[in-house]
Amino acid sequence: MSTLEIKDLHVSINTEQGNVPILKGVTLTINTGETHAIMGPNGSGKSTLASTIAGHPRYIVDSGSITLDGEDVLEMSVDERARAGLFLAMQYPVEVPGVTMTNFLRTAKTALDGKAPSLRHWTKDVKEAMTQLRIDADFAQRNVNEGFSGGEKKRVEILQLELFKPRFAILDETDSGLDVDALKVVSEGVNREHGKGNMGTLLITHYTRILRYIKPDFVHVFVDGRIAEEGGPELADRLEEEGYDRFLVPGSATAGA
Amino acid sequence: MAETSQLSPGLTDEKARVGAPSDEEKVAIDGFTEEGENLSPLNTGTEQHGARRHSHGDEPVVPEASRGERLKSYRLADFAPLTGREEDWRFTPLKRLRGLHSEPLSGQAPAVTVTGASNIQVETVGRDDARFGCAAVPEDRVSAAAWEAVTAATVITIPEETVADCEVTVSVRGTDSAAAAQHIIIDARRFSRAVVVLDHQGSAVLSQNVEILVGDGAELTVVSVQEWDDDAVHVSSQQAKIGRDARFKHVVVSLGGDLVRLTPSSFFTAPGAEVEMYGLYFADAGQHLEQRLLVDHAVPNCKSRVTYKGALQGQGAHTVWVGDVLIRKEAEGTDTYEVNRNLVLTDGARSDSVPNLEIETGQIEGAGHASATGRFDDEHLFYLMARGIDEKTARRLVVRGFLNEVIQQIKVPVLEERLTEAVERELAAGNL
Repeated sequence: MSTLEIKDLHVSINTEQGNVPILKGVTLTINTGETHAIMGPNGSGKSTLASTIAGHPRYIVDSGSITLDGEDVLEMSVDERARAGLFLAMQYPVEVPGVTMTNFLRTAKTALDGKAPSLRHWTKDVKEAMTQLRIDADFAQRNVNEGFSGGEKKRVEILQLELFKPRFAILDETDSGLDVDALKVVSEGVNREHGKGNMGTLLITHYTRILRYIKPDFVHVFVDGRIAEEGGPELADRLEEEGYDRFLVPGSATAGA
Repeated sequence: MAETSQLSPGLTDEKARVGAPSDEEKVAIDGFTEEGENLSPLNTGTEQHGARRHSHGDEPVVPEASRGERLKSYRLADFAPLTGREEDWRFTPLKRLRGLHSEPLSGQAPAVTVTGASNIQVETVGRDDARFGCAAVPEDRVSAAAWEAVTAATVITIPEETVADCEVTVSVRGTDSAAAAQHIIIDARRFSRAVVVLDHQGSAVLSQNVEILVGDGAELTVVSVQEWDDDAVHVSSQQAKIGRDARFKHVVVSLGGDLVRLTPSSFFTAPGAEVEMYGLYFADAGQHLEQRLLVDHAVPNCKSRVTYKGALQGQGAHTVWVGDVLIRKEAEGTDTYEVNRNLVLTDGARSDSVPNLEIETGQIEGAGHASATGRFDDEHLFYLMARGIDEKTARRLVVRGFLNEVIQQIKVPVLEERLTEAVERELAAGNL
């Protein structure tokens, strides 16, 4: 079993207006087999947490720690984090021109495993995973994310999740912009991988909708860079009924809409 | 990383010059106006180092009213000596031409050896051969100088209705560094099919004219590979005259040489023809790789596609792409699109990209162009690295993919392999 531990994490970004603190002391522990949902209004810092774990250079860690089974994640480069078993399904996957999906997937798998996958099994695995996620076969020959619709990009993120088999998956608003059918397909993919029992899942979402398909063990409500409330699945039900209004400081925001 | 424009036929009843200077954005960069004036610091008459802003108001460049009106002549004397202020030379560092524009071209021309297909004809002919001038007329001084200086030409003929039994390789090997001239004629007769590779290697200071005749219904691919040694200077005019319903594909690959300047042109002479022009260039520190092309739609119902892609790395690496497309009044039903993409991999490199589209009739299928020059994108890098791929591999993956689109067009496996390896070497040399 593995543990991803985040302790009193403070993160800021540099903008033209100066340094802006975003995360103001986040503490969170995720174990293999657990699903944690992080919910919160826009601008509460949910995506910052995801990008910081993955090591996006835009985010500056001012204090606190992230460790994976005791290893200092913050000391690792972006690719080292991925090879250590962290996977970020991105909110806005970028298009990489000139690099085909086939080439990209094989190169990444080789990097993650430290050796090239057996060609026969790999091709079969990719085909199967694509079929299950209802991704057209011709995507394999297209350039990474190029010309994909929003829903297609998200499905391709989950395709990678299933093929790369990370120890911890961070899903950054994977549900945004998906119609109900696509949401089901994507959720099934996450559940398939999670169900194997070797992965911890951190599900970041603005809406409760995806929680009908992916059942969280823990729910954390993010407000203004901190965890404002924590609980079990019942907290999500309550949020569905009441929204985020009760967490917002009166007079400070029209967010949460 | 995108600046594109598309002209819809309905909007182009009047003559339009897309790519002409606009007043919308004034960028104050020393030595640089909206037209990219005075770009080569080595050219005479420009002073752009130091804090002083240069002046070019006293001798303004007057671009020709239309690209179609540019001077064409076989006589060197018809072209004025170059100053570097000419519209078509303003990006070229003349002092690095090593005399091609100013000295007699009396050096030993690179050796030409033709191998490959057995069912074609190869001849060396004298000046008096009627085929001199069958497809081309020089459009600049350096080309005209070579025209006057050569005493012979290599003529490659693909006979009528003949399909060449394999690709034809024209190996051009330079060993002399005195300014020299060379003439090559490729004559693809009616309904013939062939792939001709001009393979330039070694060291040379060369002005070259390549005439290409594409007969009615012929299918011809010409690939011009520049893998010169580091000190080579190569200026090459490659003009193609394209017959009815013909298919012509032209591929430029410029990797080696100190200064390489190619001017490939396609002239449509009868309806129904299609042209594809591709280019790949990879400039390292100090290298100047320039390509200026012209597609002249002078007859109805022809189609052209232009795709040039370049990568740059290192201090002083400079690439130039100028793409002129001219749709004349007679050329109704024209369908054309040209695109140039540049990937700047390091600081200190410079890429100029100028698409020009000149339209004299609105009765066309479509006309558009796109040009984008971008740095290596940090978000691409993050995405790939977040999947476990190390930075070096990630960078190579992107550059290789970027350039591969052009290599794939060559369709000569041996050559594709060689060029893929050459690109790998460039990447390795740049420590990317």
